[in-house]
Amino acid sequence: MKDTEGYVTADGRQIGGTLMEMRNITLRFGGVVAIQDISFDIREGEVRAIIGPNGAGKSSMLNVISGFYTPSEGEVWYKGAKRPPMKPFEVARQGVARTFQNIALFEGMTVLDNVMTGRLTHMNAGLASQALWWGKARDEEMENREKVERVIDFLEIQNIRKTPVGRLPYGLKKRVELARALAAEPSILLLDEPMAGMNVEEKEDMSRFILDVNDEFGTTICLIEHDMGVVMDLSDRVVVMDYGKKIGDGTPDEVRNNQDVIDAYLGVPH
Amino acid sequence: MAHMTMGAEGLRSVPALLARNASQYGTSPAYREKEYGIWQSWTWADTAKEVEALALGLLNLGVNEGDFIAIIGRNRPYLYWSMVAAQCVGAIPVPLYQDAVAEEMEYVLDHCGARFAIVSDQEQVDKVIEVQDRLHQFEHMIYLDPRGLRKYDHTRLHQFSHVQDQGRAAYDEFINELQARSSKLDYDSTCVMLYTSGTTGKPKGVVLSNRNIIETAKASSEFDHLKANDEVLAYLPMAWVGDFIFSIGQAYWTGFCVNCPESPETMMTDLREIAPSYYFAPPRVFETQLTQIMIRMEDSGAFKKKTFDYFMKHARKVGPAILDGHPVSAIDRLKYKLGEVMVYGPLKNALGFSDVRVGYTAGEAIGPEIFDFYRSLGINLKQLYGQTEASVFITQQPDGEVRSDTVGVPSPGVEIRIADNGEVFYRSPGVFVEYYKNAESTADTKDSEGWVATGDAGFIEEATGHLRIIDRAKDVGAMADGAMFAPKYVENKLKFYPNILEAVVFGAGRDRCCAFINIDLTAVGNWAERNNIAYASYQELAGHKQVLDTIQAHIEEVNASIAQDEMLSGCQVHRFLVLHKELDADDGELTRTRKVRRKIIGEKFEDLVNALYDGSTSVYTETEVTYEDGRKGKIKATLEIRDAKVVPASNQRMAAE
Repeated sequence: MKDTEGYVTADGRQIGGTLMEMRNITLRFGGVVAIQDISFDIREGEVRAIIGPNGAGKSSMLNVISGFYTPSEGEVWYKGAKRPPMKPFEVARQGVARTFQNIALFEGMTVLDNVMTGRLTHMNAGLASQALWWGKARDEEMENREKVERVIDFLEIQNIRKTPVGRLPYGLKKRVELARALAAEPSILLLDEPMAGMNVEEKEDMSRFILDVNDEFGTTICLIEHDMGVVMDLSDRVVVMDYGKKIGDGTPDEVRNNQDVIDAYLGVPH
Repeated sequence: MAHMTMGAEGLRSVPALLARNASQYGTSPAYREKEYGIWQSWTWADTAKEVEALALGLLNLGVNEGDFIAIIGRNRPYLYWSMVAAQCVGAIPVPLYQDAVAEEMEYVLDHCGARFAIVSDQEQVDKVIEVQDRLHQFEHMIYLDPRGLRKYDHTRLHQFSHVQDQGRAAYDEFINELQARSSKLDYDSTCVMLYTSGTTGKPKGVVLSNRNIIETAKASSEFDHLKANDEVLAYLPMAWVGDFIFSIGQAYWTGFCVNCPESPETMMTDLREIAPSYYFAPPRVFETQLTQIMIRMEDSGAFKKKTFDYFMKHARKVGPAILDGHPVSAIDRLKYKLGEVMVYGPLKNALGFSDVRVGYTAGEAIGPEIFDFYRSLGINLKQLYGQTEASVFITQQPDGEVRSDTVGVPSPGVEIRIADNGEVFYRSPGVFVEYYKNAESTADTKDSEGWVATGDAGFIEEATGHLRIIDRAKDVGAMADGAMFAPKYVENKLKFYPNILEAVVFGAGRDRCCAFINIDLTAVGNWAERNNIAYASYQELAGHKQVLDTIQAHIEEVNASIAQDEMLSGCQVHRFLVLHKELDADDGELTRTRKVRRKIIGEKFEDLVNALYDGSTSVYTETEVTYEDGRKGKIKATLEIRDAKVVPASNQRMAAE
């Protein structure tokens, strides 16, 4: 359990020790067991995927990580300490950012303003300073704007900087969501189906951005995805869930050859 | 103009001009680039330091005098510095088209034997890596943007900023060598080598000396009274001679500021923010902008539309006259002033043309309506005629003598001669040294007295002394009955319609003319949207019956207009089809500067050409296309062929009498 040595990936990246660990997580909604006794870890610098058929409990798992759900049983360990039950915004302050399966942007605001909201956790100027636009508020805004501009440059969305999000096509909105999450400079980036509903070209772009984020900023990434091709190409290690249980965990190759996983995806009589 | 009376003494290379600018205009901006949402700027003094650091870094990497350094990427200050740094160390910069596919780059890199390449990003790095094993002379590559390149093997790959850092660290070791090499540069040393895109055959490396570039830059800057506080936007391909003359030649001669856009997509916004005072664009850019304005006016409210139409009508009537300083009645002037407040001013502002003092268009013929539109707004848009081999300038229009059908008078220092067959020849200080490793072509193009064949047929108007270009000399042919065939003349007339993006007319040696048409997706797509016409693809829209009707109407109008020209009335288009794909440089159908490669198109679509001439009403075809990433695919289509009405030339003349 206390393995902190890390490992080296197939393409030669050094992966660090454990950043987050889920210990025997169980999540119940009344009588329904969404997640049943699942444990796995996420290590520093890796791309970790959670896959599974519809209704397997992937999004619930992500919501546990992001603090939206408090697990009924089990513990979440983050950066070597047990995480007490906390609100999602408190989790975000700790360096966990996410994107949503159904885009959750402010449609009437520009791309720039949306991405700026990602910096909110880093702003702490007082009300008076904010209102007068003087002193700390102004310095903070400038510093944050610079960080945001680097993200905009990185994700190549300069041309839509001042466009209201509501006017953008779906694929770009997804990219703006990623930008907002990145602007928070997270330690862990949670992506809930980043490729859902995209065409091949958009998927290729998004894959490239995810890899580049991981490579450039060293951000640890945990993603849920349906597209198996994408998952197998992108991730270093994969957790497979089915009916709320973990049925596989390992490198893409190990998972691909796991009989339980094949059964879950192809379907066997239960 | 102190530096001009100083003469060109001592200023016989671009690095020498840089040194002068750094001392004379040290604190004024030399380069700006929008990055991270803000215009970052570098003064001439900063530029000199950056270039020096890079040049030292290049020495550190082992660049020899006479080496070729390929430069690939979009317009960025760093890449302009790279060109000058290469010159400083006695190497020759070779800018390449950044959208070229790997095989095209391989040909050029192999032909010049480049040992080094300075490229913008991962995309370009990948292309060069793909071909570098086949280039035995190639050694090192330097890149600007490190994104995605962390995992690459860095034994022969270097980051731009690291090369500069190493150069600064090795200052003491190399500074003497650098100064020795820079001071050796004179008027005869090579300034740059540019590959012509070539409408036929393989690209040729045009060698231009410091004399060519500096003399041309000097003459043309004086012609248009360019000043050190002028602003230009550098957005045209760096591999194109025009960009080299404007962004390096004239910029270094006069000391004005070169602004680079944030990304190609933000070009229009950046143009607005910069509001250049000196602007250059091929006709295509002006056409696109005009199309966009018209589309937006169509979508606007009734009041705005009426105001716009009313004042534009007035502008067309008196605008060009006011611009040229011709007498115009006081009432008309007053009305024009009102229009300036109501329409022209805001429109120019939206286009980024508020401050344009001198604007040029060249490369292709520009439609008279488009040309007049911009001039009527008070934008001093002029035409010039030039070539890579001439360091751009052959003829240009002086202020006050601007017309859409001529290309102007010979530029200062240029002599023009028209051969018996109508071909235009010129001689000037800007005439290129040679085609690299191609003595045969050099001799074909440039004779012993320095006269260069343009390959264009034209004549000089006696009354005004202006040159008029008819067509490419080798494209001007004869039809089966001996009548003159000038395809470009007809194609240009067709392309003046916003709905038609490209046209290719066939007819040499045939009994009649037929044409391929490419629709303009922006204009036709907008029309379809407004008329509730659903379409799923370019191909479907191109084959739509109503689109064909519109195109047919355009062709018939053009036929009527051609019929009035006695010499060319045989060039009327009898039959046409609308192509199922857009002609594309990636498929070899256009050059990188987007000129049609007639012969290649004729061969590639031979089945379609035959169908045009054998009388069939539709034709099935399969075409291979190349995607942006180099993969190939096929598209299949059945195209409808239509007859267009032609006007008998003799009737027309009788009717006119």
